[in-house]
Amino acid sequence: MLPEKHLLRCLLGLMLWLPATWVYADAVQVGSKNFNESYILAEIIAQRLEAAGLDVERRYGLGGTLICFEALQAGEIDLYVEYTGTLSQVVLGTPDVNGVSALDALIAERGLMLLAPLGFNNTYAIAVPRALAVEKGLKRIGDLAAHPELRVVVSHEFLEREDGWRGLARAYGLGTEVKGIEHGLAYQAMQAGSIQVTDAYSTDGELEQYDLVILDDDQGYFPEYLAVPLARRTLPAVAVDALSALSGTIDDRQMQTMNARVVFGGLSFAEVANDFLVARNLAPERSSGSTMLTDLRRNTAQHLKLTGAALLTAVLVGIGVSLVVFRAPLASRAVIYFCGLLQTVPSIALLALLIPVLGIGVAPAILALFLYSLLPILRNTITALTTIDPTLVRVAIAMGLSRRQQLRYVYLPLSLPSMFAGIRTAAVISIGTATLAAFIGAGGLGDPIVTGLALNDVGLILQGAVPAALLAVVTELVFEALERWLIPGHLR
Amino acid sequence: MADCVRFDGVWKSYDPDRPVLRDLTLALPAGATTAIVGESGSGKTTLLQLVNAVEAPDRGEVRVFDEPIPPDRVAFRRQIGYSVQGAGLFPHMTNGENVTLLARLEGWEHAAIRRRLETLLEQMGLSPDVADRFPAELSGGQQQRVGLCRALMLKPRLLLLDEPFSAVDPITRVGLHERFRHVQVHEGVSTLLVTHDMREAVKLATTLVILRDGEIAQAGPVADVLAYPASEYVSELLQGQLG
Repeated sequence: MLPEKHLLRCLLGLMLWLPATWVYADAVQVGSKNFNESYILAEIIAQRLEAAGLDVERRYGLGGTLICFEALQAGEIDLYVEYTGTLSQVVLGTPDVNGVSALDALIAERGLMLLAPLGFNNTYAIAVPRALAVEKGLKRIGDLAAHPELRVVVSHEFLEREDGWRGLARAYGLGTEVKGIEHGLAYQAMQAGSIQVTDAYSTDGELEQYDLVILDDDQGYFPEYLAVPLARRTLPAVAVDALSALSGTIDDRQMQTMNARVVFGGLSFAEVANDFLVARNLAPERSSGSTMLTDLRRNTAQHLKLTGAALLTAVLVGIGVSLVVFRAPLASRAVIYFCGLLQTVPSIALLALLIPVLGIGVAPAILALFLYSLLPILRNTITALTTIDPTLVRVAIAMGLSRRQQLRYVYLPLSLPSMFAGIRTAAVISIGTATLAAFIGAGGLGDPIVTGLALNDVGLILQGAVPAALLAVVTELVFEALERWLIPGHLR
Repeated sequence: MADCVRFDGVWKSYDPDRPVLRDLTLALPAGATTAIVGESGSGKTTLLQLVNAVEAPDRGEVRVFDEPIPPDRVAFRRQIGYSVQGAGLFPHMTNGENVTLLARLEGWEHAAIRRRLETLLEQMGLSPDVADRFPAELSGGQQQRVGLCRALMLKPRLLLLDEPFSAVDPITRVGLHERFRHVQVHEGVSTLLVTHDMREAVKLATTLVILRDGEIAQAGPVADVLAYPASEYVSELLQGQLG
């Protein structure tokens, strides 16, 4: 068989492996951050919009405030629920501006608007176990100053934001050492005793469940955090009308209850949101039939789409670049080092870095996965091309093959096994890394993992983690079979 | 008879302080086999690489069939057959694909390729089914014969052999020598054979070039060199290897 047939079959195999469909819908894109309450509110909005006859696409679990806001500005999503305090302090950097109408005026020039507040104030709070509060006599936040030995661990976001721990510590003169943790894990760690003080949201369902008390913010440090739908001004009037019915309908206690029903009652966001809307006659009752299989199918397809697109691009670029540089040792080394450097950027950081450039969603996720896939492909290809038996290279030149023919008849076919091994490694890495894409709204099997983390729900985490692991194994096997088919036995 | 290769005051070095070839002037007869003999590092392989323009001389000129080396190196090299120690067959191609690669690239008719392949295999004493097998399935001696078939496929006027017989065992080597002599005469191809084996040189060649440290120790018809060694070095070399 001629070597070019190997290559053709190789490409064909990859393309078959790629899922074929890319679905785009002209729908209202509803976003949410990656914590419990944000999901519930997003789902309330989504179902309300659907009740008004609109098509809705759910872009939930976006990894944090800035990602959500960037996504909104970039038009990746049409609205999500923000808190007034977060908007003024973190997003706009104008801590003095308070009140919905003042903020609304401020964001108008960015093409955004605030709808009517939903009713409750979910401000930050500092929580400690009741027993500890009694033992140490902790009532107010200021009381912590006398107990620097307490283990303070707060959510990463709270640790970093200006109106978070730093400002709080300044205001109350707290010198305690502080560490960061994923918010969803904090309560569990607290119950296990490894955390004694953490940040909480005043509407968290966990407060009651874990018997925690909120320390009094007697200096009024935490600003108001009214929950308000934040939307693009292009949001259709019919949607704005539909959402005005939600104005002032949720108070603090109700929000706590809804949060608890999801976290401890095992209900889905959709069910809790639906119960809320049905009770107020704002949406029809929905059958809560199991959606696990449909979710799994959709998430798996999305996962394959992300990794497939990234891998195919990485194969084309990786092999292309290798062919250009491999005859120059210096350039080869530079390329490999550069890709190695990319590999050391933590994936979640890389995703976040790409947001200002590409926004959220599929494009930055594919770019990040592409960058991670490059190294194994490049390294294997360049190594294979530069370590071909020098006698064969000498013969190829001496017998009168042009450079192109040397590549096509000698270098490429002889490098194929190693190249293929690199692609295989890249595929497995991509499948693992793609679970993180859910943090920037690209979907995939990371979706249930991100939601599960927000809910501290191991079952939900496994719904993403197990299929992702299986997918990696299946990919291994598929590639093994492809390799057997593509590469003749005496070259393996 | 005309010369197949001429060297005119050729210098070549990879390291400026240690020239590999020094002021080499040499004319090699066409239609016959010339053996280039010398110890390791004497410059024999470099001499061969100057002929098919894999290397260029620092000074002096190399002419092949009385022409300077043309700018189109690829086309030029296809007129020159090349075979190396260990054969250097491409492991991912069958033996037949190895032999016929250049003919296919040159756009030969399928039937002509088939005929030429069969002729060469037969001349080299290889059975036709060897063509469909891979190099790894053959013995070293068989691979070397396939390598010679590949070098001869395009009916080159000049054949460059870089120690093609040295990696096989002595009995196989004798068989290879016979085959090669038969084919060389049959095809009438001018041959440059690089070897460090004086017996092989004397047996296969009509002209002998003895290199020592990049210079010619002696060059001439085999019988002349054997009868009148030009120096102590040559006579020791002859005695040491031929007894």
